[in-house]
Amino acid sequence: MELLTPDFGTFFWMLVSFIIVLAILAKFGFPALVNMVNERKQYIDDSLKSAREANEKLSHIKEESESILVEARKEQARILKEAMETRTQIVNEAKDKAKAEGGRLLEEARKQIQKEKEDAIRDIRKQVAELSVEVAEKVLRKQLSSEMEQNGMIERMLDEVSDSKK
Amino acid sequence: MKTLRCFGLFLFVCMIGLLPAHANDHESAGEKSTVDVQEIVFGHIRDAYEWHLFTYGDAHVSIPLPVIVYSANTGWHVFSSSHLSHGEEYEGFYIASEGNYAGKVVEKDAQGNEARPFDISITKTALSLMINSLLLVIIMVGVARWYKNRKPSSEAPKGFVGFMEMFVMMIHDDVIVSCVGKDYKRFAPYLLTAFFFIFINNLMGLVPIFPGGGNVTGNIAITLFLALMTFLAVNIFGTKEYWKEIFWPDVPTWLKVPVPFMPVIEMFGIFTKPFALTVRLFANIMAGHAIILSLVSIIFITASLGAVLGTSMTVISVLFSIFMSCLEILVAFIQAYVFTMLSAVFIGLARVHHEEHA
Repeated sequence: MELLTPDFGTFFWMLVSFIIVLAILAKFGFPALVNMVNERKQYIDDSLKSAREANEKLSHIKEESESILVEARKEQARILKEAMETRTQIVNEAKDKAKAEGGRLLEEARKQIQKEKEDAIRDIRKQVAELSVEVAEKVLRKQLSSEMEQNGMIERMLDEVSDSKK
Repeated sequence: MKTLRCFGLFLFVCMIGLLPAHANDHESAGEKSTVDVQEIVFGHIRDAYEWHLFTYGDAHVSIPLPVIVYSANTGWHVFSSSHLSHGEEYEGFYIASEGNYAGKVVEKDAQGNEARPFDISITKTALSLMINSLLLVIIMVGVARWYKNRKPSSEAPKGFVGFMEMFVMMIHDDVIVSCVGKDYKRFAPYLLTAFFFIFINNLMGLVPIFPGGGNVTGNIAITLFLALMTFLAVNIFGTKEYWKEIFWPDVPTWLKVPVPFMPVIEMFGIFTKPFALTVRLFANIMAGHAIILSLVSIIFITASLGAVLGTSMTVISVLFSIFMSCLEILVAFIQAYVFTMLSAVFIGLARVHHEEHA
């Protein structure tokens, strides 16, 4: 049957047309498209990769900055604590010093007072002694106005001396 | 729903316009104009030396095409096919009306027998082939031009170029890369060209008016050529393993010696593969054209049987034709896809390597 027998003329024109179409499309048609799609795919993959890397880097930086912040906070706390300690120390020292100074001044004052007191006592004693000697003199003079009394006195005193020598 | 109702109304109006006219035709023309469905269908499916556009009344409007023949006796002849219409003879050539060469340009040889000259006329099929090829080249090169002066970092195309990109990459990735295997790059241009070549010819065959409507992929010479291309690609680029599997396949030895059962079957297989490709595409497209034309012919057959039958059958016929046309669009794609995929699979099978086989 005619339909089932390939016609040479048709075959010939098919050969010509198809080879030309194939040549043109293989050169100018498909490779441009397919290559572009593959390159775009590559580009998207690369972009995704670099985006992921950038993200990672960013999170890394964030982490780092956070750790720096934490460190800074720690440092701040430490410095504050130290300052507080120093302050307490200084205050204490000052207190101690003041105390010591006060004590010393007090001691000195006491000593001074003691000395003054002793001096005063000594003075008083001296005056008392002088006064008593004067009083005794006056008393003795009054008592030893008679000879007898004078001898009696001497006797008694001699006794006393000898008693004390024994 | 509204569009459907509009469409129904449209069909109805068309039928009212159509039917009385035909009835009148029938009465005036008497009994002679019975519809010759076979002539309509085969006249379309068969190749022709002129491109019949339409018939207005009794006038056939056709585009005459060049007849290019080489006769062993008289040499080259190039003339318009209009000289041969209505069985006229021109420069010793005429179109045979019966016999082995019915419908072909023939000449009388010395003994007075009909002989077929060497005929490379640009027939209807050849012309539609060329138009479709040109269209394909324009579309594809036009699409490819978009990629010129663009970097991979520029935006992906939109609209038609984007659609074509998706289409091409679908065939490229899903069919060619996955079926051919690792050295697909060498075969991708042929397979892509084959796909889009078949697809555009299938689609253009469904367009009923002039630049379309040619029965290109439903012509066995066309599909034979495409299958031959695949056959050549398979057997020229076949690896050593491929030939080993044909002549010394992995089967029990008694199947190979002394009587080479398997090698014979395998050898047979080499030729059945392109044969199947040829017939599958040719038969599918030809049958599609035949069915659509037959369904359309129903209108004209039943119109002569009375108004009621004619009207109802026209509705059915139009609905069926629409359905078939939609189906044929699907078939146009599927057949192109199947041809490309099988070609890719055959090429992939011929590219077997030992390590994959082990």
